[in-house]
Amino acid sequence: MDVFSAIVDVTLGTIGDVLPIAAIIFGFQFFVLRQKPANLGEILVGFVWVLVGLSLFLLGLEWCLFPLGRTMAEQLTDPVFIQSTLAAGETAQDIDWKDYYWVYIFAFLIGFSTTIAEPSLMAVAIKANEVSGGAIGVWGLRISVALGVSIGIALGCYRIVVGDPIHWYIMAGYIIVVLQTSVAPKMIIPLAYDSGGVTTSTVTVPLVAALGLGLSETVPGRNPLIDGFGLIAFASLFPILSVMAYAQLSAFKAKLGDRQTENAES
Amino acid sequence: MSNTLKKLLAAMLGSMRDLLPIVLVILFFQFLVLQQPMPNVGQILLGVLFVLLGLTFFMHGLEQGLFPIGESMASAFARKGSLFWLIAFAFCLGFGTTVAEPALIAVAAEAADVAANGNMIESTQAARKQYANGLRYTVALSVGLAIVVGVIRILKGWPVQWFIIGGYVIVVIMTMFAPKEIIGIAYDSGGVTTSTITVPLVTALGVGLASSIRGRNPMVDGFGLIAFASLTPMIFVMAYGMVI
Repeated sequence: MDVFSAIVDVTLGTIGDVLPIAAIIFGFQFFVLRQKPANLGEILVGFVWVLVGLSLFLLGLEWCLFPLGRTMAEQLTDPVFIQSTLAAGETAQDIDWKDYYWVYIFAFLIGFSTTIAEPSLMAVAIKANEVSGGAIGVWGLRISVALGVSIGIALGCYRIVVGDPIHWYIMAGYIIVVLQTSVAPKMIIPLAYDSGGVTTSTVTVPLVAALGLGLSETVPGRNPLIDGFGLIAFASLFPILSVMAYAQLSAFKAKLGDRQTENAES
Repeated sequence: MSNTLKKLLAAMLGSMRDLLPIVLVILFFQFLVLQQPMPNVGQILLGVLFVLLGLTFFMHGLEQGLFPIGESMASAFARKGSLFWLIAFAFCLGFGTTVAEPALIAVAAEAADVAANGNMIESTQAARKQYANGLRYTVALSVGLAIVVGVIRILKGWPVQWFIIGGYVIVVIMTMFAPKEIIGIAYDSGGVTTSTITVPLVTALGVGLASSIRGRNPMVDGFGLIAFASLTPMIFVMAYGMVI
């Protein structure tokens, strides 16, 4: 019975989120465009699938991934755990940024794996693959975005541990984005900028926020209200860099391939 | 019917592969690093099953509902040729999908706590609520404007990087003047505004528009709307923090 009422609750919540969107879409469709889309029945069924799917997805996350992930973030940042990983002869005074290595590994892996499971990134990857005529692979894009997120979050955790101000990192990142934009293949640029925004959605944000808050509560001298935020900014900056790098790498490989075939012919 | 079933099964296999990395990471840390037993195994297994089914259904509905409606509306607007209605639609889509976004509501409430602790506002319930709501509407407004500017950019075929880099410059300049407490929240708010339903719709809209206008390349011109939608909230939230 408990399960059932939870399902009803989450479904009602999702309907609440979807309703304004549906109202805008169908309102414009019928009152401004004044035409019925060709396959209205199918589209409505599709909306129902989205609704049911998103509800189940959120409910499942709330039951398995979020509680586990949050507890893990708390346990890994717990001073007791950090001290238990210290080498013999070291005391709590000797803890420096290197002793948080499990936190960085966790940040990297959880950033990677949650990004792979992020539905909005799948949507963008499918679209990009379709539009580019297959030149941009669904998995190539998803893996490069996931790598960007994982490096970003790991670096963001390091920043919280050492306590550097966030804006130096973000500004340095922006400068790299600007430089890379000027050399990357032109067609990837809008997609790369977009992937910064899509990565941080349903799955990644709650876990990453928990990690940031847990870390800033335990590291001495950090204020969770100031240092706890900002991990998501790292997670949305680094995919821009990694996606452009992916395109540069693909272009480089294509060039290399061309040269090889030329050599083979001559 | 059997066709739908076949598609669903194929999608389910895909979802399993998508979820496998998370399961492995969680198991690795739970058993090998933290060495803790799994709490409430039954509920967790049920949750995993729900996540799997939910992702499968969502992806199915995405291809059947969200993508087609976004594209068909984009091409209908392009045929209609009314700039006013297209912009009105773009604004409503950005504003409407953001204002109700649960992640934004959560961030706004946290921001109100930060502001109250920093004595920027009074520490009463009413003042916090007012601050949080103001922030929410500010972000929603900024996303609405972002989609409008992004759509105009697609129509005109302007290069996306000038806008984004220009936006970054504004963000950097504002960071120097904004109150320190608001900066982290402002940076994060750019990431939380783009939800799972908004992203496919907005992407389909952009790509659909760029494909139906002659001389526009869907790859170069169609993407970029989401980048706009994650940039403007940073600027507006910092402005909000500076004004209030």
